[in-house]
Amino acid sequence: MMVPLRAAAPSPEVQDQATVAGKGLELAFEGVTKAFGDVGVLKGLDLVIPAGQFVAVVGRSGGGKTTLMRLIAGLDGPTGGAIRIDGTARRGLQPDVRLLFQDARLLPWQRVLSNVGIARDPGWKARAQALLAEVGLAERAGDWPYVLSGGQKQRVALARALVTEPGILLLDEPFGALDALTRADMHRLLTRVWRQHGFTAILITHDVAEAVALADRVLVLRDGRVAEDITVDIPRSARATGAPRLAELERRILSAV
Amino acid sequence: MTRATALRRGLVPWLLPIALLAVWQVAAKAGWLSARVLPAPSDIAVAFWTTLRDGSLPHHVGISAERAVLGLIIGGGLGFALGLINGALPIAEDILDSSLQMLRNVPHLAIIPMVILWFGIGEEAKVFLVAVGVLFPMYLNTFHGIRSVDRGLVEMGRVYGLGPVALYLRVILPGALPAILVGLRYALGIMWLTLIVAETISASSGIGYMTMNAREFLQTDMVLLGIIVYALLGKLADIASRWLERRALDWNPSFHTGLEAA
Ligand SMILES: Nc1ncnc2c1ncn2[C@@H]1O[C@H](COP(=O)(O)OP(=O)(O)O)[C@@H](O)[C@H]1O
Ligand SMILES: [Mg+2]
Repeated sequence: MMVPLRAAAPSPEVQDQATVAGKGLELAFEGVTKAFGDVGVLKGLDLVIPAGQFVAVVGRSGGGKTTLMRLIAGLDGPTGGAIRIDGTARRGLQPDVRLLFQDARLLPWQRVLSNVGIARDPGWKARAQALLAEVGLAERAGDWPYVLSGGQKQRVALARALVTEPGILLLDEPFGALDALTRADMHRLLTRVWRQHGFTAILITHDVAEAVALADRVLVLRDGRVAEDITVDIPRSARATGAPRLAELERRILSAV
Repeated sequence: MTRATALRRGLVPWLLPIALLAVWQVAAKAGWLSARVLPAPSDIAVAFWTTLRDGSLPHHVGISAERAVLGLIIGGGLGFALGLINGALPIAEDILDSSLQMLRNVPHLAIIPMVILWFGIGEEAKVFLVAVGVLFPMYLNTFHGIRSVDRGLVEMGRVYGLGPVALYLRVILPGALPAILVGLRYALGIMWLTLIVAETISASSGIGYMTMNAREFLQTDMVLLGIIVYALLGKLADIASRWLERRALDWNPSFHTGLEAA
């Protein structure tokens, strides 16, 4: 159960994996702790996330999920231990890690295209336009963000995150504020771009159904530690139909939270 | 039908002012109103025309505008720069902000006697007063604007690889712009007010001087003309700043509704 899914030998899962190999980066935690003052939020994480894996993190509110994301992105430093990306211990902001926030955080004073190409790397316009097309918003390139719906804003944010081809994409409850239908659309989109771009994905969610629908592996964060590490051993194609195994996994995760 | 109603709608607000103007004109010409109290509107129009033809009105307006703009550039620029620096660097804020807040409490017109002692009644006195007057609204609003930029956006900028300069130019400054423009609008109001007072008290040119000079010769038509010119210049500055706001804040939905309603 603890063996990473990708390591599994030929199985129906194979078509299920990211098709672009080698883009994702491996992420490893070695005794990572984080405390704010005297309050320990993360109390020792030891964990390897193989390149290209899709991991969901669930846990109670205030359980340190956002803190974990901020450590990976380099917005904060760990109190103890090390975070290794592709084998090297990292500190500070990570250029190959991108973060999708719960609120899309588009710059209101930049049009959609300029938001996607926010870093203004050489050739950004063409790249940004291509990514907007990928998330289905090619025609909205010239719009101001305020005219977009919540789901569209998140899609623009996703395009912005992917424009630099990150090795790791962090998603901090990005769909929490969306309605069920928009959410389902976003799930399909996220699965598609994950397959196409091959990044390592770490999705925080409070929705256990969302976790088992999207991820290869679900981590339950409790009391500052990984309380459960569950492999979702069901092909993605079979997940939408509500397999009994899926319900069983959901129950197991819920009892661990 | 609808065009006729629209036309009537457009005209109705003008009826009362026009009627008042007509009554005023008749009252003045019939001698019910002494010209020393209120000159007839037609006399003001004549005064406007003659001072325009002999070049004295453009001359005085030009001088006043020059003082206003110079004071605005110096004081507004300084306030803007101080706001930027204090907004960005906590050390600068610690050193400067409380002093600036203390100075802000001094009404700038109260220092006129000092200013006259320092500069006499030369150009510097007027420009200095305007500069002091506009400095604080520019400073306070710029500072407040920079401080109230959405921290989530700043964090996003950092995660998405913006360096300090790009972060400042693309996130912080645009985020502060609405407040900065509010500061500019305040500054423009204070600019004219300061200039009116300063030119009325001590000047040998400018609209204020023109009005005070006319008062000595009991030329009430000229006095009223001066007042109207001040009002028009103030209105002009307001229109200019609103236009600037609409141009610069095109991205802001609240300005869009404002634009459509205007
Ligand atoms: N900058 C901070 N300073 C102090 N405490 C913090 C800070 N950031 C987070 N915390 C605390 O750490 C705990 C975990 O927060 P967070 O990671 O946001 O939880 P989650 O995302 O799982 O809801 C909370 O108790 C929160 O109050
Ligand atoms: Mg959180």
